[in-house]
Amino acid sequence: MPSFTPEETQAILLSLQVASVATLAMLPMGVGLAWLLARREFWGKTLLNGMVHLPLVLPPVVTGYLLLVAFGKRGFAGEFFEQCCGLVFSFRWTGAALAAAVMGLPLMVRAIRLTIEAVDKRLESAAATLGASPARIFLTVTLPLAAPGLLAGSILAFAKALGEFGATITFVSSIPGETQTIALAIYGLTQVPGGEEALWRLAAVSIVISLAALAASEVMARRLSHRVAGFA
Amino acid sequence: MIDVSISVRRIGFDLDVSFTAGGGVTALFGPSGSGKTTILNAIAGLERPRQGRVAVNGKVFFDSRERIDLAPRHRNTGYVFQDALLFPHLSVAQNLRYGMRGGASGFDDIVTLLGLEALLGRRPAKLSGGERQRVAIGRALLSQPRVLLMDEPLASLDIERKHDILPYVESLRDNFGVPILYVSHAVDEVARLADHVIVIDNGRVTGMGPPGTALAPQLQVGETRFDRVSVLTGHAGPYDDAYGLTPLTHAAGRITIAGKLEENRETRIVIRATDVTLATAAPRHLSVRTALKGQIAVIERDQGPAAIVTVALTGGQKLAAAATRKAIDELNLTVGTKVWCLIKAVSIDARWLRSG
Repeated sequence: MPSFTPEETQAILLSLQVASVATLAMLPMGVGLAWLLARREFWGKTLLNGMVHLPLVLPPVVTGYLLLVAFGKRGFAGEFFEQCCGLVFSFRWTGAALAAAVMGLPLMVRAIRLTIEAVDKRLESAAATLGASPARIFLTVTLPLAAPGLLAGSILAFAKALGEFGATITFVSSIPGETQTIALAIYGLTQVPGGEEALWRLAAVSIVISLAALAASEVMARRLSHRVAGFA
Repeated sequence: MIDVSISVRRIGFDLDVSFTAGGGVTALFGPSGSGKTTILNAIAGLERPRQGRVAVNGKVFFDSRERIDLAPRHRNTGYVFQDALLFPHLSVAQNLRYGMRGGASGFDDIVTLLGLEALLGRRPAKLSGGERQRVAIGRALLSQPRVLLMDEPLASLDIERKHDILPYVESLRDNFGVPILYVSHAVDEVARLADHVIVIDNGRVTGMGPPGTALAPQLQVGETRFDRVSVLTGHAGPYDDAYGLTPLTHAAGRITIAGKLEENRETRIVIRATDVTLATAAPRHLSVRTALKGQIAVIERDQGPAAIVTVALTGGQKLAAAATRKAIDELNLTVGTKVWCLIKAVSIDARWLRSG
């Protein structure tokens, strides 16, 4: 069992915190966007789809810079959130979570959208003939049947958030104890002589967390799809 | 009272139908792709007609002129889909309760009626096809629908399961006041269940009336001799216990049915054209017991080996018989020839017969 320095422990805990918060915060939005894209036709759908997927193809540095401009101290969104809810993003761990969420959202939306599209629309029609409102249909038919996609999307987004680097460092820099996640700490260690040992320890932690997340999702996915298919 | 007058336009498909249906079971009968399901969808609100009007028991569901188009959830139609469409993630009990209106007493009644007691805790994936359909019927009934829409509910079942479900559908017909629109392309089902038949072909209504007339030989589904059937109505006589036979009295002769039927009831039977043999003399030295007298009304023949002969039976009903062109020539059969139509008793499945 390797022993970690306080800075390393801090980076590990911060990473888990940032990734969890980012995943939970983007889940409702991811579900909403996925449903809109899967089930609704509206003007500007292609544009919305493009916007959601943009961070996937844009250089992360550019995404980070755009976040800095919009959500920084002087940014319009940054000012808005500070005034309305006292929420500050720039150079805070919340900013790291925001960057991770923006980068992870396309992966999450994609996974959920695919499962919503795979839900038999006629089941929704059947619910409608039984008197169910659109909201009830969504909550009692669509969402439960798309649960495996929600899980897969969350795991993907969590993994992405854990490893997010470019947008985070551009947006909130690498401040130990505040924004320095495992990925940023590893990068920092590559820049100093004699950091190999600590670097390997953090790299090992990354691998363990990622594998654990994958294994957990595998087990849960199997149980869920079993349940959804009605065999449980 | 179901009042439908709609037109639907789709690429490669035009539907223009207008009909009214009263209580009991009204069958929408026609070949696959004729537009029967589209009609049900338009009534349920799952498909919007280009124009027209749909009303059930005075409640207007859709009226293009008045710009009325009720959402499916406000129409209160009980839709039983061909493949049941139970919610796979919910138990049978949860499925049944999904659209339930009214109290729990109705729940117990319908569970008993449909024999679902033992299935309540199960998931749809663990049900047989017939059980699934029964649950779907129960789910639709529990929503206290204005009309029950049944889309080929037996089509995906094998013959034994069909016979399991039929009595349940009949008890719906007899125990609930809900009008039923029953879509089917199976003449046996329609002959047994329907009070009224609307024949749909290629998006048009091509015939309507009681089964005995609407299912007349000329109106049958399909093109080949194997699709030709006739519906006859007879009066059931006393059951012969020793041989297990029931005689049906018909103006053209006695029809022997292998099986037991309720005595003194009008009974409809479906006879396939390929099960009918024509004779120009009263049969002797044959095992066939049923010989119906009549006169040839129509001979349909082309260059193919088989022809369809329609016989006007004594008493007015029509019976189609398939025969080879050669046999027709050798026996000198022409329109007006007096014939006996021989029917093998064992070719009629008594389980399909409807009394009442």
